[in-house]
Amino acid sequence: MNQPAPPLALLAELTHRCPLACPYCSNPLNLELAANELDTATWFRVLDEAAGLGVLQVHFSGGEPLIRKDLEALIRHAGTLGLYTNLITSGMGLSQARANALAQAGLDHAQLSLQDTDAAGADQFAGSKDTLAKKTASAAMLCAADLPLTLNTVMHRGNLDHLEAMIETALRFGAGRLEVAHVQYYGWALRNRAALMPTRAQIDHATEIVTAARVRLSGRLVIDYVVPDYYASRPKPCMGGWGQRFLNVDPVGRVLPCHAATTIPGLVFENVREKPLAEIWKDSAAFNRFRGTAWMPEPCRNCEHKEQDWGGCRCQALALTGDANATDPACALSPHHAEMFTTAQTEAAAPAPEFIYRRGGGA
Amino acid sequence: MGGRAMSRAVDATSCPRLARGVKMRFDGARQQWMLNAPERVLLLDEIAQIILSRCDGVVSVDALCRELALEFAAPQEIIQADVMELLAGMLHSGFIRI
Repeated sequence: MNQPAPPLALLAELTHRCPLACPYCSNPLNLELAANELDTATWFRVLDEAAGLGVLQVHFSGGEPLIRKDLEALIRHAGTLGLYTNLITSGMGLSQARANALAQAGLDHAQLSLQDTDAAGADQFAGSKDTLAKKTASAAMLCAADLPLTLNTVMHRGNLDHLEAMIETALRFGAGRLEVAHVQYYGWALRNRAALMPTRAQIDHATEIVTAARVRLSGRLVIDYVVPDYYASRPKPCMGGWGQRFLNVDPVGRVLPCHAATTIPGLVFENVREKPLAEIWKDSAAFNRFRGTAWMPEPCRNCEHKEQDWGGCRCQALALTGDANATDPACALSPHHAEMFTTAQTEAAAPAPEFIYRRGGGA
Repeated sequence: MGGRAMSRAVDATSCPRLARGVKMRFDGARQQWMLNAPERVLLLDEIAQIILSRCDGVVSVDALCRELALEFAAPQEIIQADVMELLAGMLHSGFIRI
């Protein structure tokens, strides 16, 4: 294989600790403990190596990255390396002093999550209390610190009908961008799929709302939105292609091609404690496993779209077919596609079951 | 910012600037000018880089095009058409504001 192009972005998952317990949490089922997290000096080295490798942006994420007391130091260090710094936060536990300190450290952008525009829904979908009020206050603090803001919302059957209100909220919060994400069904979200799956009619209505809002708010608010996989006919180029644009360093230093890659059995992930990032990016078996097109089965291997979608999502292929090598069932050419669509329709039509929340406060 | 926001469009009197959170830089590894924005990287060709580097929120599109017409010894109407097209796309995708 040729040398892979350098990655564009590093997702730095600083911790799995989080004050929320969202029923669609994308972190692994087994969370890492605080005692095992990388220390500040090691993260400094990871940032140095990432910049050296050609990374342009670093996303500080978690869990809740605000829990790390060295967050400002990491942002400042990344800034000195010329990296564009983004904070992905729930906003829980933010103070005005902390927001100011983040801005002072040179943070380029903050992405704040909001689970619902309805107070009861926000608490239910975050597994927490007073979520809407706290996040509204956090948005104001980030704006007061003059930090550019994206509002991120994960949508599902319980909040998709509030999309219009979410767009208004993004404007009221002073966000320049709204990211409308759909739940991705692996890990914890897969357990709650029946409680989260929207109907086709909800999706169609949401698409209409976004299409109209993009015209109405052109030059004011950018809206990122894609149709969710269960109702799509083509797979998404997950992570812009496995091992092509992104790398993810988890709280204990494992380097992953995507944040859900640990769900795939048989992959061995190397650790920044043991090897340089550049060597892991270029040579590790996990990154090369699904990189490019040589690994693809039929009909992907001879498909004209293979270098657009890069075979879609490996974690989803595994979750739905039992085989991480299979064609992503989001593709209409997958033998599992019809079954995926039927599953979505059946689950969305049935009454929503109760959420299963993470217990024990670790999440 | 209120909920009654309306769309905005570039005209000759607009004074565009990079949107908040958007940074222009030259990347040594790729030998390339680019815009970094939240979750997005946009590679810039030479012309786009020249135009955007002058979008300081003070200079109008009209003044900017007059400047470029002089420097590149090209008709202002042609320059203005190209500049407006670039800026309209940049505004819609959130890289600049007016």
